[in-house]
Amino acid sequence: MKLHEYQSKTIFAKYGIPIPKGRVAATADEAKQIAEELGGRAVIKAQVLVGGRGKAGGVKVAKNSDEAAEYADQILSMTIKGLRVRKVLVDEAAAIAHEIYFSITNDRAARKPVMIASAAGGVDIEEVAATTPEKIIKVHIDPLLGLRDYQARDIAASIDLPRELWRDFSKIATSLWNVYRENDAELAEINPLVVTKDNKLVALDGKMLIDDNSLFRHPDLAEIRDIDEEAPAETDARRHGLSFIKLDGSIGCMVNGAGLAMTSMDIVKLFGGEPANFLDIGGGAKADKVAAAMRIILSDPNVKAILFNIFGGITRCDEVAKGILAAMDEVKPKVPMVVRLVGTNAEEGRKLLENANMITAETLADAAKKAVAAAK
Amino acid sequence: MSILINKNTRLLVQGITGNDGLFHTTQMVAYGTNVVAGVTPGKGGEWVLDGKVPVFDSVKLAVDATGANATVIFVPARFAPDAMFEAADAGIPLIVCITEGVPVQDMMRVRNYLDHKKVRLVGPNCPGLLTPGESKVGIIPGNIAIPGNIGVVSRSGTLTYEVLYALMLEGMGASTCVGIGGDPINGTNFIDCLDMFEHDPHTEKVVLIGEIGGTDEDKAAEFIATKMTKPVVSFIAGQTAPPGKRMGHAGAIIEGSAGTAADKIKALQAAGVKVAKHPEEIPSLLK
Repeated sequence: MKLHEYQSKTIFAKYGIPIPKGRVAATADEAKQIAEELGGRAVIKAQVLVGGRGKAGGVKVAKNSDEAAEYADQILSMTIKGLRVRKVLVDEAAAIAHEIYFSITNDRAARKPVMIASAAGGVDIEEVAATTPEKIIKVHIDPLLGLRDYQARDIAASIDLPRELWRDFSKIATSLWNVYRENDAELAEINPLVVTKDNKLVALDGKMLIDDNSLFRHPDLAEIRDIDEEAPAETDARRHGLSFIKLDGSIGCMVNGAGLAMTSMDIVKLFGGEPANFLDIGGGAKADKVAAAMRIILSDPNVKAILFNIFGGITRCDEVAKGILAAMDEVKPKVPMVVRLVGTNAEEGRKLLENANMITAETLADAAKKAVAAAK
Repeated sequence: MSILINKNTRLLVQGITGNDGLFHTTQMVAYGTNVVAGVTPGKGGEWVLDGKVPVFDSVKLAVDATGANATVIFVPARFAPDAMFEAADAGIPLIVCITEGVPVQDMMRVRNYLDHKKVRLVGPNCPGLLTPGESKVGIIPGNIAIPGNIGVVSRSGTLTYEVLYALMLEGMGASTCVGIGGDPINGTNFIDCLDMFEHDPHTEKVVLIGEIGGTDEDKAAEFIATKMTKPVVSFIAGQTAPPGKRMGHAGAIIEGSAGTAADKIKALQAAGVKVAKHPEEIPSLLK
């Protein structure tokens, strides 16, 4: 789950990381008022959950509150990479002397958190990483011990920070570790962390990614999820515990297991079709979940056929069959449906679907071919 | 012959009285797995499966009473890390965690702790292991595989079943099938299994099933090229998956552009691995 800049920075501030004064606004009038409170000069920043908003014109510096209102109005009418801007952050403008990149994320290969820093912070950091990797400092953290003080000092020294700022930097590093650790973040990123002209460290921008699997112990974070930024079907899917990604094709897919779901998409494409979605009903799905999945697939008008590929393990095929029947009863689908049930309780499942007027298939290739033919 | 589990495996089931735990314990026992005990805190002293399997309050008590030498975990995600710590502390050398949805940071702590203990973990978010005809630890349906000489290792769950089933339909059997799980941080990896299959006298060929994300397949390719004499056939899922909507720069800094299906297939082919276009093509590539 992604957090907005303003949400991330609010969390940073709670952990003692200095951030600019400012607030979020949904209208030009609100933006103007905030700019006035900040003394007129302000930065107006689009709050959308994609990168590259600065390059898209979603960040502007206003010299006074009238200009703040004007820019807020412009930015609030923008769509950046398909996402409508609904809020802007109005921050006091900092006098920047130097920009640092600073983050913590999971290094899956090392199986440890890694703290990443660079003296060459700012929007081109990926370019820096690709062309001059020696400018990127990486320090792995023992997940059982946490960040050690010396590690923070080492980072400060290796990004050429003046000595008088080492203590402040170490405090920010410790805070960022705590932000990451206590919020189950997959990423906590400050880019840039700036040294201001009066020699202070301020987190000018912030990004956080929260591990969805951890939300059971972070109800406060689950609460602030911005569902305006999701496709409605994806929100619906998440509420039912389904993993769903909408695609542009015509063959709806309902599969158990992410690997098999991807494989089913691959094989549909291999035989000349286009998948309409990725949908993993997960392990052990019961009838109600299957019914919800079917409603979500059918809510896409592009869907011309549905492929059900269920290989029962922890999922029982009879439960899936019950869900399909319940959903058919309710939604009355008009598109052809190809079903393949194998594994745990497959026989029982097939019996339940005997009179449901579905196309049946034995093998995965057979199922994919039949679905592609049915969608034509 | 096999790797990791065989007819001498004495299995403990953590979370044996839950819905999934009980259902799959029944299946494992029906398959012939020697399930010696179960653990559900607060239900010690009870018996399940018509008095066949005793339930204990803790892993330690169960191990002391029954000599269990492997455990399979079916407890919900929020309790699974503790279950893995408990099994490791009780000295069980093989821990198989079926549970899906364990938070990543929990898994980093579990994995780093287990590394100090020299305990083998398989999973989490995995289907477990199957040595056809001998023992089944986890949820792989028993009737979709026959004994044979093909080692199967996979990051996926149900996709693994697909492959076992396709092999069986062609009369081909597995020595052992290991589902290592699809989570970013897990226990046993591809290389561990390739190494064990390479040294298992009854495994003649290996099937490796990977998917997009991470760099494990690339490392496996390097291992195959330099350390393996047995032929390997592979399938990589996610060739049509849309590029992930990622945020922030840290992921790109750590992994670069690695992780696509095309990259993995290229690396495996360069290592001499035959890569199937779809799972049902695997048996013909093994011939």
